[in-house]
Amino acid sequence: MLQAVKILFIKEFKLELRRKSVISGIGLYLVSLIFICYITFNLRNASISEATWSALFWLVMLFCVINSAAKSFISESKGISIYYYTIASPQAIIVSKILYNTVLCFALSFAGYVLFELFIDNRVEDQITFMLTLCLTSVGFASSLSLISGIAAKASNSNILMAVLSFPLMISILLMAIRITKNVLDGLDPSVSHDELFNLVAINCILSGLAYLLFPYIWRS
Amino acid sequence: MKTWLKVVAVLLLFYVHVAGILSDVPRLHILNETIRALYFHVPMWFGMCALFGVSVYHSIVYLRKPNVDTDRLAVEHANVGLAFGILGMLTGMVWANYAWGSPWHGDPKQNGAAIALLVYMAYFVLRGSLENGEQRARLSAVYNVFAFAAMIPLIFIIPRMTSSMHPGSGGNPGFNMYDLDNRMRPIFYGAALAWILVGVWIASQRIRHRRIQDQLSELEYEKNN
Repeated sequence: MLQAVKILFIKEFKLELRRKSVISGIGLYLVSLIFICYITFNLRNASISEATWSALFWLVMLFCVINSAAKSFISESKGISIYYYTIASPQAIIVSKILYNTVLCFALSFAGYVLFELFIDNRVEDQITFMLTLCLTSVGFASSLSLISGIAAKASNSNILMAVLSFPLMISILLMAIRITKNVLDGLDPSVSHDELFNLVAINCILSGLAYLLFPYIWRS
Repeated sequence: MKTWLKVVAVLLLFYVHVAGILSDVPRLHILNETIRALYFHVPMWFGMCALFGVSVYHSIVYLRKPNVDTDRLAVEHANVGLAFGILGMLTGMVWANYAWGSPWHGDPKQNGAAIALLVYMAYFVLRGSLENGEQRARLSAVYNVFAFAAMIPLIFIIPRMTSSMHPGSGGNPGFNMYDLDNRMRPIFYGAALAWILVGVWIASQRIRHRRIQDQLSELEYEKNN
């Protein structure tokens, strides 16, 4: 099982690096989103408030992450999934997808953070807590989006379905993340955000555990 | 559903509506007479949670042992639960118009309830966009279980972490476990029970209707071939 997860995980990376157009597309999407934010706010010649900063940051992250994780099952052809079905257990597949998506989401959020610093502003006072938040939200996003992507891939209008199904599920993660971001931007002591961080860990456990349990039922067809 | 349960539900509702409007209520500032919304608004959420719970239970049963009838049970309970949720939202907005001054205030509980409704609307969109019947039943059961578990932190934990404008939290006068007035208690519990029973009753009628429809279309299909 662990061996299979490792092989599938490495395979995802190899595939991703081989299809450079996809990854550069996502990168460009992120850059243009942030650039649009920069232009719309800078033209009015006013610096933005803390609340706007965190709202913009998490909105950009949300759209970027949904678009990049959506392709994990949707873009796979029918033949490939039948091939996986014969060689690996569904648990190994979902674990490797979640791990891979976690890395992807974290890379995207980190890149987004750097770009925000470059274009807009960086008001984060407590880097460690903020990085921890980015890590935890990446796990949550990855586990819910991997499962939803598996569901949406089976339907005909999968792209719309992906957004409709995942938005309500991700709101609880986003709420926690926005609350921590607010604390971090206000420069409060890290201990203030501990409650929210524990909540994020709990939500992650629920989401990834459920994804692990429920995925075999999706995979059977 | 047993006949005596239906009789109990109707009698209880009759009692709740008469007593809810005529009985004495404690005078609390801000709330005043709008405290009677407790009898008509809160039971809707009890009904919604109970029906969604039954729906998720049937979804889990479906995943363990696929069966067309279990899928029908899951869908129809979710359907009626959604109707209860919308009614709860509307009655809450009528109340908020008097107690808070406008129907929508962005209260954490209000937002949580709105998200819960979004989740179940997404469930029906998912059902609508899958063609194959067996696949539709299986995937929507998976989504039902996943969404319900992801919703629990939303509805039950997050509103309790922040101050809410709802009575009973954040220093508002209210009726939590300790100061729920003893005169209100029987009417409120009666209303909650009665609405849950009515919800299950409506769902069972809809399920029978569906079964007959499916049988009819099967018969027609056989006749034409």
